[in-house]
Amino acid sequence: MTTVLAPPRRLRSERTRRAARSATLLVGLAILGFWVLCAVFGSRIAPIDPYADNLLATLEPPSWVHWFGTDQLGRDVFSRVIVGARDILTVAPLATLLGTLLGTALGLFVGYHRGAVDDLVSRIIEALQALPLVIVALMALAAVGTSNLAVVMVIGFVFTPLIARTVRSAVLIESSLDYVAAARLRGDGALDVMFVEILPNVLPLIVVEATVRFGYAIFFVASLSFLGFGIQPPSADWGIAIAENYSLIGSYWWTVIFDAIATASLVVGVYLAADGIQSVLRE
Amino acid sequence: MILRFLAKRLPLSLITLLILSIAVFLGGQLLPGDVGRAVLGPLADPRAVAHFNHEMGIDRPLILQYGSWISRFLVGNMGVSYTFRTPVAPFIADALVNSLKLAAMAFVLVVPLGILGGVWAALRVGTWTDRAITLLGQSLGVVPEFISSIVLILIFGVWLRWLPMSADWPDDSGALTQIYYLFLPSLPLVLIFFGYIARVARAGTVEALDADYTRTAVLKGLSWGIVLRRHVLRNALLPTITVIASLIGYLAGGLVIVETLFHYRGIGSLIYSAAKAKDFPMLEAAVLTVGAIYAVASLAADLLNALLNPRLRAGGGA
Repeated sequence: MTTVLAPPRRLRSERTRRAARSATLLVGLAILGFWVLCAVFGSRIAPIDPYADNLLATLEPPSWVHWFGTDQLGRDVFSRVIVGARDILTVAPLATLLGTLLGTALGLFVGYHRGAVDDLVSRIIEALQALPLVIVALMALAAVGTSNLAVVMVIGFVFTPLIARTVRSAVLIESSLDYVAAARLRGDGALDVMFVEILPNVLPLIVVEATVRFGYAIFFVASLSFLGFGIQPPSADWGIAIAENYSLIGSYWWTVIFDAIATASLVVGVYLAADGIQSVLRE
Repeated sequence: MILRFLAKRLPLSLITLLILSIAVFLGGQLLPGDVGRAVLGPLADPRAVAHFNHEMGIDRPLILQYGSWISRFLVGNMGVSYTFRTPVAPFIADALVNSLKLAAMAFVLVVPLGILGGVWAALRVGTWTDRAITLLGQSLGVVPEFISSIVLILIFGVWLRWLPMSADWPDDSGALTQIYYLFLPSLPLVLIFFGYIARVARAGTVEALDADYTRTAVLKGLSWGIVLRRHVLRNALLPTITVIASLIGYLAGGLVIVETLFHYRGIGSLIYSAAKAKDFPMLEAAVLTVGAIYAVASLAADLLNALLNPRLRAGGGA
């Protein structure tokens, strides 16, 4: 009994040790963790009400009272940068989750059954690749109107076939293995084989794919918010702040630079974490 | 041989374009619901809305609309803008020329830089130089264009005052002035693409350095420069060509951001302003044009790859 159980346990502890040694993973997780804390507790951390206008103190440079200065409405930039993590860290994970769930289901289905659906999905993926995500999203959001939910749906739906393609190719390999044939001979239904037998074996790959997609989701939510098609005011979102203030960049650099640094740190943090997870999960 | 390759590859491109055109059409015609209402606003007279819809042909069955839309599109009649009430095609043509200038500027800078960076990293594989180039390139590649643009504008436009902060050059500017104005807007695209190109060039070079033909070339006494040029780089840079072509598709997304930020009238800012104004004929035409360019570029890349790769040339496999 113990000899049967031993290998997976040793594998897991080995993975934990490798994870602890991976500098990229730790740095990435630290940055991401910092922003998640800001997203959750932001309104309590922020020293000044991030939404309070103060028309007597507009566009003030950084000082002891306002560490990052104030914006056109006299709002405290430091507090807004902290609170600004919340919406992007809500929309991007939800979009990734939606795309991963749908993409996994679709990938399992077409990888297991193949046939006409498989061909159709491959063609649609190819057509999708001809257009950058920003343009697909602009077009869809112009058509259905902009809201956080719409952004989640659009990014989730665009991710679906892309994730499905990755899952599909892994399922194709798994399907040819003996345990799948054994399950079929045992008389397990197609759904059982897909979700009980195959899914656990392709799960590490799905985790890697999801973390990489999460990085893209952050990138696109930030870009869409900057263009006015993502998160909407009065949110303290970084992309919105940059869009509102970049015409002032010549004289009031503090109204954009801190939001820019925050966005850059978040995307790089997520990228490092994803890269680290990838190297830990791939033996 | 090339003809046979084309015969296999061309139908795929056409199917892709067909699916794309249907998706773009549905996105532009079906999703918005009542277009007349959306364009004219919630307070407009219902009769004015109905009249607008009839005038634009939006009240006919979808399949008829698609048929007439795509057949007109194919002969260069891209429809009439909701916003300007004039044909869309001239806007697209002007925007394409401008975007082409910006894209050319970016590629002229990033292709040699990326290849140089990748090959340099490969020649020092495993060292700190290699790791620094790889990590820097990939980190820069994940930072959104509007962030790098802001930082570049601050450094080169505001603090150092070396470069103009807008790409909108004076009317009668010559080629050199235009290049001067395009330099800063092209840099965010350079930063995004550098990592991709460097990574592929590095991987190709590492593989080629490891290959038997390289060892043979060294052992038969060829000088290192010749081995590098004739054997290593020629093989290493093949995949890079394909990646550069796939970047052309991605480029359009970056152009939306960069052109909007730098007030440049290209296809990207055209898509942005059409989406803002819900000008669907303009949006559909611009998006489909981008898709068509990508399809042609990836076809050209595959063709070039087949022409340059002796294994594909002899084997006939695609």
